[in-house]
Amino acid sequence: MQQENAFTTALNLILSGDAVLGEIVVLSLAVTLTALLVSAIIGLPLGAALALARFPGRSFLVVTFNALMGLPPVVAGLAVYLMLSRSGPLGWLGILFSPSAMIVAQTLLITPIIVSLTRQVVEDLWGEYEEQLRSLGSSRLQAIPTLLWDGRFSLITAILAGFGRASAEVGAILIVGGNIAGYTRTMTTAIALETSRGDLALALGLGIILLGITLSLNAAAYVTGRLAQKAAG
Amino acid sequence: MHGSFSILPLRADGLTYVIRGRALVDNVSFVVARGTRTIIMGPNGAGKSLTLRLCHGLLQPSSGSVTWNGAAQVNGRKRHAMVFQRPVMLRRSALANVVHALSLTRFSSADRQARASEALARFGLAELARRPARILSGGEQQRLAMARAWALDPEVLFLDEPTSALDPAATRAVEEMIEAFHADGMTIVMTTHDLGQARRLADQVLFLHHGRLLEQTPAEEFFERPRSEAARAFIKGELLW
Repeated sequence: MQQENAFTTALNLILSGDAVLGEIVVLSLAVTLTALLVSAIIGLPLGAALALARFPGRSFLVVTFNALMGLPPVVAGLAVYLMLSRSGPLGWLGILFSPSAMIVAQTLLITPIIVSLTRQVVEDLWGEYEEQLRSLGSSRLQAIPTLLWDGRFSLITAILAGFGRASAEVGAILIVGGNIAGYTRTMTTAIALETSRGDLALALGLGIILLGITLSLNAAAYVTGRLAQKAAG
Repeated sequence: MHGSFSILPLRADGLTYVIRGRALVDNVSFVVARGTRTIIMGPNGAGKSLTLRLCHGLLQPSSGSVTWNGAAQVNGRKRHAMVFQRPVMLRRSALANVVHALSLTRFSSADRQARASEALARFGLAELARRPARILSGGEQQRLAMARAWALDPEVLFLDEPTSALDPAATRAVEEMIEAFHADGMTIVMTTHDLGQARRLADQVLFLHHGRLLEQTPAEEFFERPRSEAARAFIKGELLW
């Protein structure tokens, strides 16, 4: 019975445009999308470079990035915590328990995903394009922007994977953000907290919104990607 | 087209390409003179495509050398281009594909657009300019690849079985383009397994078999009186490997 009531209350919370709920949603999206943007800026060129460059230790780097795709969020959180804590090397920044720290932690989590998936996409494309591009006089370095642009439809999936990882995780942002109400409380940390406190309505409401956002973002990306791909061949 | 100085003749001296102990191109020497059309023929696995790639610089010979008369690259601009069996088009418009190729040379960005449009117009592809290159038909893509190569203004064009995946109409269109390039003074080096095509286009024939060059013969003579037994069998259609 309680679940049913919780569900109704959750829907009411969403439909009435509850201010606290809204604040949490906005902060979550701000943190995750910023981390995603930073990761894409770092990860796309880095992944492409890793696909094309030949240097000793390359295989080691490839395996490392692949392995880091499975980095447990709490471990990422712990690492960032140690870096940003007052006695840590970046403690002077004073950003622990702030949204900035959460962005750093999520960037650390999803950059390896974008690097590894980009490397795979670009490596496959290079296999197809190498002779033609070399014939035209393109160096490997010059090929990077060309291949990133030509891999754009596959790379959307890499970006979405990063978004999915960041929006779903709770461990990292809980450790470095601290789940402070009205400041660093996000959808996932709030769901964890409210569930343990027994406020299932808010938790459920947030869960529904989180699922809804993830679903609509993926659907939008899929549809636009498909249409664009159809147009571009 | 290129003023007085030329990168030709092209000389291959003892060209050898070895993979896993097997010489796929074995001590091949020949000369390509300016303004000529050279057709490289031979059964499957003779080393035709490898020879082209060695000449174009996509592969490094295990031994032997490819020498041009002077620098094959001037102001960062390669003076020989290649058209492949299957054209590789980027996921952008036909025009943008040509512009991209030009951007890898020293054409200024203003010149690129004009030059690319000129290349498409010259070969009747202007209507396709805005179309995504990868949804064009195979024949259209190959003609676009030819126009792209032409836009680069190479002195020598290598073509690797450019029509083997095309229907007769598209094949004729590509052959007409080759003739037009040749009329412009471009030197052509091409592989084909199509005897009819070789008869139509060749000035001289290089005949390869098992990686060895069995003859370098003027075209008429090659088809009338081939010097080697293998070439005789090949022309009769009896030598496939």
